[in-house]
Amino acid sequence: MKLLSQLLNGLNAGSIYALIAIGYTMVYGIAKMINFAHGDIIMVGAYIVWLAIAVLGLPVPLGLLIGVAACALLGILIEKIAYKPLRKAPPLAVLITAIGVSYFLQSASLLIFSSEKQTFPVTLALPSITLGELVIPGQTLLILIVTAVCMAALTFFINRTKAGSAMLAVSEDKDAAQLMGVNVNKTISMTFAIGSALAAVAGILFSSSYVYVYPTMGSLVGIKAFVAAVLGGIGSVPGAMLGGILLGLVESLSKTYISNQMSNAIVFGILIIVLLVKPSGLLGKSRPEKV
Amino acid sequence: MAMLEIKDLQVYYGVIQALKSISFDVNQGEVIALIGANGAGKTTILHTITGLVPAKGGSITFEGHDLLKTPAHEIVSLGMAHVPEGRRIFADLTVLDNLKLGAYTRKDKKEIADTLQMVFKRFPRLEERKSQIAGTLSGGEQQMLAMGRALMSHPKIILMDEPSMGLSPLFVNEIFDIIKEVSASGTTVLLVEQNAKKALSIADRAYVLETGKIVLSGDAKELMDDDSVKKAYLGE
Repeated sequence: MKLLSQLLNGLNAGSIYALIAIGYTMVYGIAKMINFAHGDIIMVGAYIVWLAIAVLGLPVPLGLLIGVAACALLGILIEKIAYKPLRKAPPLAVLITAIGVSYFLQSASLLIFSSEKQTFPVTLALPSITLGELVIPGQTLLILIVTAVCMAALTFFINRTKAGSAMLAVSEDKDAAQLMGVNVNKTISMTFAIGSALAAVAGILFSSSYVYVYPTMGSLVGIKAFVAAVLGGIGSVPGAMLGGILLGLVESLSKTYISNQMSNAIVFGILIIVLLVKPSGLLGKSRPEKV
Repeated sequence: MAMLEIKDLQVYYGVIQALKSISFDVNQGEVIALIGANGAGKTTILHTITGLVPAKGGSITFEGHDLLKTPAHEIVSLGMAHVPEGRRIFADLTVLDNLKLGAYTRKDKKEIADTLQMVFKRFPRLEERKSQIAGTLSGGEQQMLAMGRALMSHPKIILMDEPSMGLSPLFVNEIFDIIKEVSASGTTVLLVEQNAKKALSIADRAYVLETGKIVLSGDAKELMDDDSVKKAYLGE
């Protein structure tokens, strides 16, 4: 029973990692860059929901919707302002800019909201389910369902819609996609919007279970989600899903059975081992560079 | 008036001038060949026409549209398809998905399905392999896919960049036969080739490029008999 409930805990955390990891991997696939500000989108999303519901007193569903929409918009803005001018710049310049954007978002929220922790205004949960001795907490249930729905919708979008196939085409070859009539800029904006919207969903789920909202809340969870994306194979959406879930499971099991303090070390240790054995990640492609 | 008119085109890569005042035209229904050595600027011309490379000066007019002022992704819907050098198929997608992307700007599902049947009729091998991942096709099949993908946009003119590159002689003949068929079906062809002999054999007119300039132009059959062309490009 202990094992089962720890597995559930792992799925819970892993779902959140997976939702965030998808954003990293989609942006990498299309823009060939790591958007280190992605983790901070989670924090911005949580603050906006807090503002909308706790400060402005808007109804909960509307507040959540505003949070997700605002993050999608923020993702588009960040790309347009910070990354688009650097599309032909060396990768190092883009990397430094991404770290800069991350600090900018954290510092801006520190100025606006101060370092004081705010309480997330809603607890989102379904009724708990009891199966014999095993109790599936309502929050976990909600997180699993929301994540499953998001992933199914995203998979459908990528594989079954025209905009999704444009995204695949741009991630493989921008020039060739353009020759097909795909608007590359619009497709990149769309990718940032989807990734950031998923990060906002993750931020809402995260804050709803961990209660507090504060300026640096996105850092560690963002880095771990990045690890999950690399573990699964950066650029691969199914890889990000798998990597996130695996990471959550490993973390939860090592916290319980090995050592609470060591759990992060174990998580990052596994990343190192996987990268040594399979540098392209679990589901990543290792294709020789085209000439 | 010519279908495609290029006037005084100037293109720079950084400080290096890749095209020095290029002017030529393509009339409806013609097969025009651009021949010349590696680095003469043939590919750059095609890239500038379809907006992959910006021009510093000059003009490109296609059926009255100023292509230098048209966003690159809108050019294909004017009726111009480009089969790029090196094929540039989407290697991770299936053959069918590649072909569907070729029809990305078209709306009418029925017409797209008709074009797909036409492409499959012209390239039966693509139909046999429609569910296969494109990257696993042979070089010749990938070239066919690139051509089929371009035809999916139902173009008035098709620009082809080195379609014979890296192919076995058997495939080269097949590809040139298909170019002839495409031309016979009413599509205008602008062909860039290093295989000058083959290109001149199917072209109506040709332009010879040397280091970013057109040095010779005229009827393809006459160019084939031209001594300087023979010596420089036909290996005779």
